Amino acid sequence: MASSNSATSVASNSGSPCAACKFLRRKCLPGCIFAPYFPPEEPQKFANVHKIFGASNVTKLLNELLPHQREDAVNSLAYEAEARVKDPVYGCVGAISVLQRQVQRLQKELDQANAELLRYACGEISPTMTGLPVVGPVNLGSYGGGVGRASSIVGHLYQTQAQAQAQGQVQGASIAMPMAFNGSGAWRGGGSNSSANSNASGDQKEGGDSSM
Amino acid sequence: MGSELPCAACRLLHRKCSPDCILAPYFPADQPNKFVIVHKVFGASNVAKMLQILADATREDAVKSLVYEANARLRDPVYGCTNTISYLQGCIQQLQSQLKSTQDQVIDSQEQNNLLLQVYKEMSHTHSSSMNSSFISTTVYQTASMENCQIYNI
Repeated sequence: MASSNSATSVASNSGSPCAACKFLRRKCLPGCIFAPYFPPEEPQKFANVHKIFGASNVTKLLNELLPHQREDAVNSLAYEAEARVKDPVYGCVGAISVLQRQVQRLQKELDQANAELLRYACGEISPTMTGLPVVGPVNLGSYGGGVGRASSIVGHLYQTQAQAQAQGQVQGASIAMPMAFNGSGAWRGGGSNSSANSNASGDQKEGGDSSM
Repeated sequence: MGSELPCAACRLLHRKCSPDCILAPYFPADQPNKFVIVHKVFGASNVAKMLQILADATREDAVKSLVYEANARLRDPVYGCTNTISYLQGCIQQLQSQLKSTQDQVIDSQEQNNLLLQVYKEMSHTHSSSMNSSFISTTVYQTASMENCQIYNI
């Protein structure tokens, strides 16, 4: 077999070996499966992936996927590998835990805010609490003068609270039906939410709706 | 050693399970699937290398997270557990937006309520004042009437 300096630097298309072949110190052939996804200017990307998953495992994984899925797969592997390099104990599972706690905290805050809004809507927080005489919309007519202003304010308050209550119900419903990421950057409704409750002991989880 | 069962890792790799096998504490013989999953995604040697650099106290958590990631990758070969991260990030954005909106509505309700309180106070004051002036005018009329009666000897 002929070997020359130029042969070692032969790559698929660009003329320089891809980051994977450069790392592995091998010839980067035209059909190199890594070349499209590990450009030579990003050496660390392959270094991380190789360290965590190994070149042969990545090759097997990519060979099982359709060509249009491979870029996303490589990027997610690179993300996980980098997370594992930075946090050798938890990897990106640590990030998932942090995000889950943040979701729980925000949900609790939202529930509290909705409860407070509902208290206004139900009249739990009203002028009657101050001991002042209750002047309902019906009685306002006997006072003349600034009646129009008072009744319009009352009417607007009830209307605003009703709107808020209606919106709160819609928003509450959307939280109860989480969305799923379909991999192309778009969100759609009706996905499963079991992943938020999975643990790190090997239990199954729903990873989304991307399929081979 | 001959009488002891090899760990799940050594059993799968068809090798002798030595007493100081680094994988044995975390891949017991009665949980073979756990190592199968991890080996398929990460490879036995990579797992062993990862555990070697960790302190003993953290290795169990590391294995758990590796099993989690491996499981996720097998279920979703394209995105693995990064799909969960994307989903959670989306939830957070949505919740933050809703929280901001709800908090704005609460503030709006508070302001309207305060305004209504002011109106009620003003109306209450006006009501009291009008009642006092009616009493005064009635008293003046009655007094005037009495005086008129005296003049006309009624």
